[in-house]
Amino acid sequence: MQKFTTFTDTAIPLGIENIDTDQIIPARFLKATDRKGFGDNVFRDWRYNKDNSINHDFVLNNDTYQGEILIAGHNFGCGSSREHAAWALAGYPFKVIISSFFADIFKGNALNNGLLPIEVSPTFLKKLLHEVTEKPKTSITINLEKQTISCSIGVESFEIDPYKKVCLLNGYDDIDFLISKKEQIEAFEASL
Amino acid sequence: MGKTLFDKVWDAHVVDEIPNGPQILYIDKHLIHEVTSPQAFAALAERNIPIARPDKTVATADHNTPTLNQHLPIQDPLSRSQLEQLTENCKKNNITLYGLGHKYNGIVHVMAPELGITQPGMSIVCGDSHTSTHGAFGSIAFGIGTSQVAQVFASQCLLLEKPKKMRITVNGTLKKGVLPKDVILYIIAQLGTNAGTGYFCEYAGEVFENMSMEGRMTVCNMSIEMGARGGMIAPDETTFNYVKGRKFAPKGEEFDQKVAYWKTLRTDDDAEFDQEYHFDASEISPMITYGTNPGMGIAINEKIPHQEDPSFKKSLAYMDFKAGDSLLNTPINYVFIGSCTNARIEDFRVVADYVKGKQKASNVHAWLVPGSREVVKQIEEEGLNKIFNEAGFQLRQPGCSACLAMNDDKIPEGEYCVSTSNRNFEGRQGQGARTILASPLVAAATAIEGKLIDVTKQLN
Repeated sequence: MQKFTTFTDTAIPLGIENIDTDQIIPARFLKATDRKGFGDNVFRDWRYNKDNSINHDFVLNNDTYQGEILIAGHNFGCGSSREHAAWALAGYPFKVIISSFFADIFKGNALNNGLLPIEVSPTFLKKLLHEVTEKPKTSITINLEKQTISCSIGVESFEIDPYKKVCLLNGYDDIDFLISKKEQIEAFEASL
Repeated sequence: MGKTLFDKVWDAHVVDEIPNGPQILYIDKHLIHEVTSPQAFAALAERNIPIARPDKTVATADHNTPTLNQHLPIQDPLSRSQLEQLTENCKKNNITLYGLGHKYNGIVHVMAPELGITQPGMSIVCGDSHTSTHGAFGSIAFGIGTSQVAQVFASQCLLLEKPKKMRITVNGTLKKGVLPKDVILYIIAQLGTNAGTGYFCEYAGEVFENMSMEGRMTVCNMSIEMGARGGMIAPDETTFNYVKGRKFAPKGEEFDQKVAYWKTLRTDDDAEFDQEYHFDASEISPMITYGTNPGMGIAINEKIPHQEDPSFKKSLAYMDFKAGDSLLNTPINYVFIGSCTNARIEDFRVVADYVKGKQKASNVHAWLVPGSREVVKQIEEEGLNKIFNEAGFQLRQPGCSACLAMNDDKIPEGEYCVSTSNRNFEGRQGQGARTILASPLVAAATAIEGKLIDVTKQLN
């Protein structure tokens, strides 16, 4: 996994609530057996019309908004556990998703793919969505070490699991850690 | 302070705790399927890591399988390749596979309980969010992503923060025509789609105590639709009787010993929850959804509420419904009875009981998709297939089918589908399809009438 330390970019505002993983990547694209190419179909049915023409009303197709930070409404990533949703977002590419609330499984999947889900207060989210929508050039900086997100509207700190933070800062993944605990796991199994 | 059912099962599986970090949780049973496993197998192969416990892993093919002509080669090359990959991965790694055509094949959350693979007190995971189903047995069961599938492959463990605890108690007696599906749709409509996020939820009270195992599975199945990682119901005589005698259930003296342990898996009187809710069974009616998330539910005879929120309006626009509308008499051309929520034998008995001697409306395509080969066998043994044929319903072969429309079972654009599945998301059942979630009884009545009706009027 790639390391994540600090990141600065402009952002794309997508203020819809309850965006489920079926919208992020529809089931018909889950037939692949590798992790590649999902970015092409992220938000497929919102980005394209039924006849595969581009839906110009959708924010990802609006050139005014650019950047690898997505700002989304409350309860982002609910529904199916498909990690393909994290692969699709990371592949698009996004590096950071900001919302006021993330669904559990999606949050874990994102962290396991170096995609940082940042949970901010509903008030900050509202202000941020407004600011970025009005001023598309707004630059946002994320500092993982300090756990802060800063831009023209101010600085907000965010929470992250301390273990996951270490993993992201160093590019470790859970498999390395679990394998290092092999003896302990085997002893536990023997006690069952 | 006492322990909750969840604490008891969770704590028994903790291998170790990282200071200021997650716990290492041991997994008793890892269920896998064709869609969320290939990248995990590949991740291990790339790093030359063997599968730690193939003997604790069971595979089935369900998400991407056809529900007609399963004996023929699969037409879609991508689907075929995904299933071939699963077969190859299981063979290479010595994992038991109940693939397409196998007598134990079926939807992972239908076939595992039926075979006695699911047992009280276990920790069970699967790369599928509806793994919460197995919590009906008093096990800790939850969906995981593919990176976590790889972690379990590599170590039979997961790194997890212990979730918070919630209890939902429903006491009283359910009205006639109110099924377990209505109970969970009601709860989600009351609490919303993210009330459970960060929690494991125990369902308690008379309603769940009096429910069959099939009903309990329907309830626990949809825990994820209110955001909860898992749902649980304390195991009791109903549970033990269901498990007893099943293919992989403990036998003889071992079974008795297990039951003695399983009986301890109850929330202590002085245990505390982080969040509690209470509902009255008599308040619950047959439910339907009108929007694009499972929390947007109303009693079948209620009207769509008014809300100013843009996400709510977007949802109604997608469904082509208006605030203040009643859905009664809405013409419906598609009815889907299936999925890991409602494709067990009891669900088909409900449908058969209602449609016996009736004919489906001529405008309706009525698809019945059993959850497993075992369910198909029972349908045939009980003669339900004859009832379905005579009523004009199409009985198909097992699989996830139109619940997520990965295979060819798609609802056409713009059409409404009254569906016993679990998600009414935009496009879930096919691009542009409009899903109305309901119980098997409401779905059966819709198929007969060709429109939504208040089924309770017929029953009273």
